[in-house]
Amino acid sequence: MFLIPNAVVRFFHRMASPPHFYAFTDKVMPWLIISFVLLTGFGLYGGLYLAPSDYQQGDSYRIIYIHVPSAWMSLFIYMVMAISGAIGLVWRIKLAEIVAISSAPIGASFTFIALFTGSLWGKPMWGTWWVWDARLTSELILLFLYLGVIGLYGAIDDKRVASKAIAILALVGVVNIPIIHYSVEWWNTLHQGPTVTKMDKPSIHVSMLIPLLLMALSFKFYYLIALIQRIRIELLQRERNAQWVKAKVLELRL
Amino acid sequence: MPNNSTSRLQGSDLSCVRDDRVLFDELCFELNSGQVLLLEGENGSGKTSLLRILCGFREPDAGQVLWCGSAINDSQYYEDMAYVGHLNGVKKELTALENLKVSLALGKAGQYSIAQALAKVQLADFDDAIVQTLSAGQQRRLSLARLLITHNNLWILDEPFTSLDIKGITLIESLMTEHCNKGGMIILTSHHDIALPSVDVQRILLS
Amino acid sequence: MSLFYAFLAIIRRDLLLAVRRRSEIANPLLFFILVITLFPLGIGAQPHLLQAIAPGIIWVSALLAAMLSLDSLFRSDFDDGSLEQILLSPYPASVLVLAKIIAHWLVTGLPLLIVAPLLAVFLGMPTQSIGVLLLTLLLGTPVLSLIGAIGVALTVGLRRGGMILSLLVLPLYVPVLIFAGNAVEMAGSGLPVDAQINILISILCLSLVLAPWPTAAALKMSVN
Repeated sequence: MFLIPNAVVRFFHRMASPPHFYAFTDKVMPWLIISFVLLTGFGLYGGLYLAPSDYQQGDSYRIIYIHVPSAWMSLFIYMVMAISGAIGLVWRIKLAEIVAISSAPIGASFTFIALFTGSLWGKPMWGTWWVWDARLTSELILLFLYLGVIGLYGAIDDKRVASKAIAILALVGVVNIPIIHYSVEWWNTLHQGPTVTKMDKPSIHVSMLIPLLLMALSFKFYYLIALIQRIRIELLQRERNAQWVKAKVLELRL
Repeated sequence: MPNNSTSRLQGSDLSCVRDDRVLFDELCFELNSGQVLLLEGENGSGKTSLLRILCGFREPDAGQVLWCGSAINDSQYYEDMAYVGHLNGVKKELTALENLKVSLALGKAGQYSIAQALAKVQLADFDDAIVQTLSAGQQRRLSLARLLITHNNLWILDEPFTSLDIKGITLIESLMTEHCNKGGMIILTSHHDIALPSVDVQRILLS
Repeated sequence: MSLFYAFLAIIRRDLLLAVRRRSEIANPLLFFILVITLFPLGIGAQPHLLQAIAPGIIWVSALLAAMLSLDSLFRSDFDDGSLEQILLSPYPASVLVLAKIIAHWLVTGLPLLIVAPLLAVFLGMPTQSIGVLLLTLLLGTPVLSLIGAIGVALTVGLRRGGMILSLLVLPLYVPVLIFAGNAVEMAGSGLPVDAQINILISILCLSLVLAPWPTAAALKMSVN
């Protein structure tokens, strides 16, 4: 902790207190939404109009502007979930526990979108809706891991205990994800031989890359917005007996 | 085998919330060698929750439990305490002797040998009996025999008198008195009124 | 030294309990045999097809058998309060939990090894791959017990933990299934399987070292 400047520590302590978090997110939310809309607008315009079509795949490749960022987000959110879960376990910070469980459904949705768009993309590419491609299979297992987290949280009545449980599970998952990913790659190369490698392009033209990065950034903003909304609801629910929530409700009623 | 006459268990500002209900709030107590702490209250008043917080199974929603001045996870607490919950914690398929041997292996040897402890709880003739064949009261006495064979100073007992007859209750009360007179301490919940004339009994009424 | 004594006492106790209960040993074994018998009935007695998918069938069945046996790992200790006593012991809970997992594997995992050659013959597996099959089972089933212990520790306090347990545990079994199934398949075609075996050994070491911690933490959480 001594390596971190004092101001940062103070910022985190304040953020970890629910009323402060609530008030702070009230202020930043409009800015987040504006950034998200702008990024998505530019990204989609660049990706769907400005970028040239692919000489092999024609226009169907354009689904990468949804597929690839979703796939990135699916892993990224799992990491966020595990790290915040660990913080919650070690330092008993309520907000970290809430970040962890609020991330899970969002991550699961992104994983599902990645799978769905992957299979849509697969139809023109491979002629079938589903191919046991290494990435799609890894993504499918990741979806199961997310569903496990969500299911476990739902099954435990005491939500503080449930938060601990999913933190442990997410940490176990994080250790396993690289092993699962590696094993699936191995399985894929052995069983399928040199089939489809169209998904990872060795090089990508700048006019395609920039919209892709813009979309990736816009997905990050979307995650942040959805996460904050979920946290706010969860906070209100968990702290429904606290003074600040009562004050908030009274304020809204007036 | 109470060896440390300066042991002390403190709870400071403990609170416990369960399903939106505040079971207790800002509960403070201090228990010293030779004392008994009796928790009273109706069903659902938080007695068992408090005991489980004291065992470290459950985290208090606020406050902390201190053993000899330091937090229970940073101290020798688990070497010095023994717990008999409302579940007996004995395996029904094993004999009384086998059960106690496992308990002994899980802790440090205490004041009495297994044979002595069985005699003390009046189960001397049952050491080879499968626990399933024992009556509920005998099973309860067997789980209490665990307190005698391992090294400990603090007993935490959740309804120790359940399914015991009057003789059994008197027996356990005499064991508790003996433990306290040697400088041990006891925390218990009970529906029965306990008769420990020569011991300093504190009471907490949870409501 | 006394930690080792406690470790042994737990193993001894659980083995003794298994002997007195018996069904704990028999059930997963019967399940394993039954599922494998169902495959030829389901897909028809086509020797070539069966031979081709035999490694997969045996390993998937072993996975399911291991998963079904998991519930007995902590269930009875949870129900009668022995688990509380184990967790309150001054010795590290992770070590005691490891003892329980080892005992559980001896009771439910090891018997699978004994019947596996018989089932391999049922499915017409080439003889040269039976040795590798046994080796993968020897290395793989302890991993299943170790990883499964985490899942069952998380769900033991729930009334209906069964369904959720499979959702938690099966995805984590994927690497073992892939490497073990693949090794058996390769051995059938006479190819070297050193790489897969080495990977299985490292997975086993990794889970031996890492799995008891989350299991102990999850158990503490479950008894609250």
